[in-house]
Amino acid sequence: MCLSIPMRVKGIKGSTAVVEKDGVSTDADISLIDDIETGDYVLVHAGFAIEKWEEDDIQEYNRIIQGGDN
Amino acid sequence: MSTQTRDFPELIRETQELAQSVSGDVKLMEVCGTHTMSAFKSGLRSLLPANISLLSGPGCPVCVTPDSYVDLAVGISRLDGVIVVTYGDMMKVPGNSSSLEREKAGGADIRVVYSPVESLRISEANRDKRVVFLGVGFETTAPLSGMIIKKAVERSIDNLFLLSAHKLIPPAMKLLLSSSDHDIQGFMCPGHVSVITGPEVYEPLTSEFNVPCVITGFEAWDMASGINMLLYQIREGRHEVENQYERSVRPGGNPKARGVMEDVFEVCDSEWRGIGIVPDSGLSLRERFRRFDAYSEFSSIEVEDSVKHSGCICGEVLKGLKRPFECGLFAEECTPDNPYGPCMVSSEGSCAAYYRFGRDGRGHDGE
Repeated sequence: MCLSIPMRVKGIKGSTAVVEKDGVSTDADISLIDDIETGDYVLVHAGFAIEKWEEDDIQEYNRIIQGGDN
Repeated sequence: MSTQTRDFPELIRETQELAQSVSGDVKLMEVCGTHTMSAFKSGLRSLLPANISLLSGPGCPVCVTPDSYVDLAVGISRLDGVIVVTYGDMMKVPGNSSSLEREKAGGADIRVVYSPVESLRISEANRDKRVVFLGVGFETTAPLSGMIIKKAVERSIDNLFLLSAHKLIPPAMKLLLSSSDHDIQGFMCPGHVSVITGPEVYEPLTSEFNVPCVITGFEAWDMASGINMLLYQIREGRHEVENQYERSVRPGGNPKARGVMEDVFEVCDSEWRGIGIVPDSGLSLRERFRRFDAYSEFSSIEVEDSVKHSGCICGEVLKGLKRPFECGLFAEECTPDNPYGPCMVSSEGSCAAYYRFGRDGRGHDGE
């Protein structure tokens, strides 16, 4: 139930962002974080962005899901 | 972010070396149900040295939601002019006499949503009905419930009600450590709870009980790293809060989310299914938001006290004192299709995980 997914922000309208991962898009409420822009990565939990990821966070994640820094 | 760059096999070799350098058996508790499932699904459990074992803790929110709460939700769903809105995880959870799934099949208007935001839309589209959102979960989901209450105020929604079963993780961890018979030598702390709270929330536990805590992410790589960080602390006699999940968990957590929680909720005692009342572990709506409180709105509905099935040892399992396969009901009378106890109820419950994957992660074994 505590699953959260890192997703990329494709667009923002008010307190709602369109976020995307692996070609799948959905809405996420961004009321709980500040300074979000299109192109940013956010951690999405139950339709809310709960944290912003920086570029090196994404790079670490990509390394991990590929099995580490081989 | 973390600068760790080792690959997964290298991490496991490190785990094996560390396991040889610590004395005796080491029991580590993964507090979060999502950790429990990740450890099984990834096969990580089967790769751990024989003297390192993982205990599943009380961090499965559906598992610890008391059956009296389910009974109240069922009772509300039977009323005319009511829509119950819930996360899907709650649908199969049995109360004393029914479940939301059964009530929906019988015609109750119960709607499964991915996000609590949808309860706002449903409320606005059904102004002639009372809409009740079942607020279940820990610090990760509580700010989301708090935010929909604040948005309901902004949008003048007066037909939305929150049935809060929200709970706080650190008081439950403290309860486990306060027990004289606990056998926990380290905690893998829940990553996404910690996104909200920040690492600091565990510091009273490490200082009072001398037990190391490592906030851990949910990939197998994260969990292997978290286990190694705990083993280093144990080997070196340290008991600190460390953060393996730096890519998500910042110092101080998410201050905006914490602010919403503190603004909307106040701390109260709370019943944990299988454990009992845990002091200061729940969240109820503050007085100024009381008009959204489903407990007040539906106070005329009477529910029975929680009933524990004879022979069920879920309380001991949730405290890490026993394993699911030590229960006489496990995989016989108690199965995912016919759950007796809370740990079999949710797909993230430890009994459900052991049933699905087996004690060694290679398939069901109820022996």
